[in-house]
Amino acid sequence: MAEAQNIPVGSTTAGAIAVAAEADSTVATRMSAPPSFDVADFPVPHGREEEWRFTPLERLRGLHDGTAVATGEGVKVAVEAPEGVTVETVGRDDARLGKAGTPVDRVAAQAYSAFEQASVVTVPKETVLTEPIRIAVHGEGGTAFGHQVIELGAFAEAVVVIDHTGDAVLAANVDYVLGDGAKLTVVSVQDWDDKAVHVAQHNALVGRDATFKSVVVTFGGDVVRLHPRVTYAGTGGEAELFGLYFTDQGQHQEHRLLVDHNEPHCKSNVVYKGALQGDEAHAVWIGDVLIEARAEGTDTYEMNRNLVLTDGSRVDSVPNLEIETGEIVGAGHASATGRFDDEQLFYLMARGIPEHEARRLVVRGFFAELVQQIGVPDIEERLIAKIEEELEASVA
Amino acid sequence: MATLEIRDLHVTVEADNATKEILKGVDLTVKQGETHAIMGPNGSGKSTLAYSLAGHPKYTITGGTVTLDGEDVIEMSVDERARAGLFLAMQYPVEVPGVSVSNFLRTSATAVRGEAPKLRTWVKEVKEAMERLNMDPSFAERNVNEGFSGGEKKRHEILQLELLKPKVAILDETDSGLDVDALRIVSEGVNRVRETGEVGTLLITHYTRILRYIKPDHVHVFAGGRIVESGGPELADKLENEGYEAYVKGGASA
Repeated sequence: MAEAQNIPVGSTTAGAIAVAAEADSTVATRMSAPPSFDVADFPVPHGREEEWRFTPLERLRGLHDGTAVATGEGVKVAVEAPEGVTVETVGRDDARLGKAGTPVDRVAAQAYSAFEQASVVTVPKETVLTEPIRIAVHGEGGTAFGHQVIELGAFAEAVVVIDHTGDAVLAANVDYVLGDGAKLTVVSVQDWDDKAVHVAQHNALVGRDATFKSVVVTFGGDVVRLHPRVTYAGTGGEAELFGLYFTDQGQHQEHRLLVDHNEPHCKSNVVYKGALQGDEAHAVWIGDVLIEARAEGTDTYEMNRNLVLTDGSRVDSVPNLEIETGEIVGAGHASATGRFDDEQLFYLMARGIPEHEARRLVVRGFFAELVQQIGVPDIEERLIAKIEEELEASVA
Repeated sequence: MATLEIRDLHVTVEADNATKEILKGVDLTVKQGETHAIMGPNGSGKSTLAYSLAGHPKYTITGGTVTLDGEDVIEMSVDERARAGLFLAMQYPVEVPGVSVSNFLRTSATAVRGEAPKLRTWVKEVKEAMERLNMDPSFAERNVNEGFSGGEKKRHEILQLELLKPKVAILDETDSGLDVDALRIVSEGVNRVRETGEVGTLLITHYTRILRYIKPDHVHVFAGGRIVESGGPELADKLENEGYEAYVKGGASA
């Protein structure tokens, strides 16, 4: 099931499928400390830990070692929600915070220990929204710790678009809580300015028969490290995790996913695709899927594809699948990193297509299939435009 | 009338940290409406000639001239050569994942014709060309050359030839790896283009088999990086009976 092909120099693609007894889950034990809301429970990472070994700690601006301090107007959050949706700003003691998951690393715990106010967006049960909820997170050059909760009642349906722009040093936790039969699509766009640092854990708790679709789109920032995680609160849940990143010169973009199949008869499908160009562009993709002993009837697949457009960039892609029961429908993963090579370029140009057009054709094609699955037309158009913009910059 | 003129062409390639001369003075003139077969043993430099004319970056032209209607081809980039009217049907067409055949054909036709073909007539044009080559309509939605069989790849090359209508078409071992049925279909495609009288064809092949379907006006024997003998169709019959042995030996002692 693991495959790795066309790996350019400066890339790794490693995969593992482990069959483990319940007691010694490697997904859990690979972390240097158990999950906790308290930053004091995590030692300051030195960079050799499994969960930090790909991350340039020196560029995290102190988020990992306690030296980052929140500034007053660090980041502005504006929520635009259609009628029927409740939007609140709450204090640390609100009971709805932290329900979807517990911080698994020091920065997430730091964010949870340091945030002062959280925003809670609630879609009441059986409310079906026809317009997206739009959350604009705009960095004003400061440092901030954030917490957001998006909660859907039973059978509610919503699309949420979270836009990250501007310049900031931001550590955050985002909770998605889906009631039974709820349908939530979340598009998180990281369109930061060049210097931004963004480290966040996304926790989705998928209710019985609920459907969660996450689309993570990362273009900007100096360092972006996201940790989308899914657990199930009942049987019959479905999670689709799509990701698209375009890593430019000098950027570090890291997506670390975990799908914890802790309930029977749930599905998950993970597809992340990235393009890289320029010196020191570094993309990291970690895809962990855990099928717990009780999760019979699980159906899961995860895939990561990378397209390396120029020399000097690096991809680390590590899918891990850990299976504690054999009574499943299906489980698999794939990772491949390929280079846009001179022969493809020659073939297209030999048909009269100019070089920049040829590159665009290939990259557009590479992302098209994924973009089409988003299902939010204005986001799809914006992504295609953004991809064109990134390519334009590379051609210039 | 379009004319491709190759004069004293010398080409080198870098291999194992050494520069090796592959083409050692090729002279050839291909005029619109003519079909030239270039035949030669493996390693004689036939494919190097094809790829050098198309501008593949692996090959360095160290001497001689190539002109198309008097325009210097060597100075042109790969895409400029295609837009000027040169077409290379490749022996090993390249897979381009994520790019559908229909998107590729339209982008290519737009580039070569200088304007986007009108959608309605274009769809009809592609559909009819595909039917003539016995290609299933679903072909258009597949990614370029991805998972194509050998025969499908060659039919796809000839489909492009029919749609792009070049002034000079270079067919590099289009017959290799084809069974008789596929060879017939592909040859019929080439003949349809030839019958317009508007294309000069340079047919590069190792075997005489394809010449039963595509009748050349001129046959050239290629050995040791140059043309060593030229003649009419009867030269192909001689090669069929006697093989390349005489030329290979001659090349070695020369």
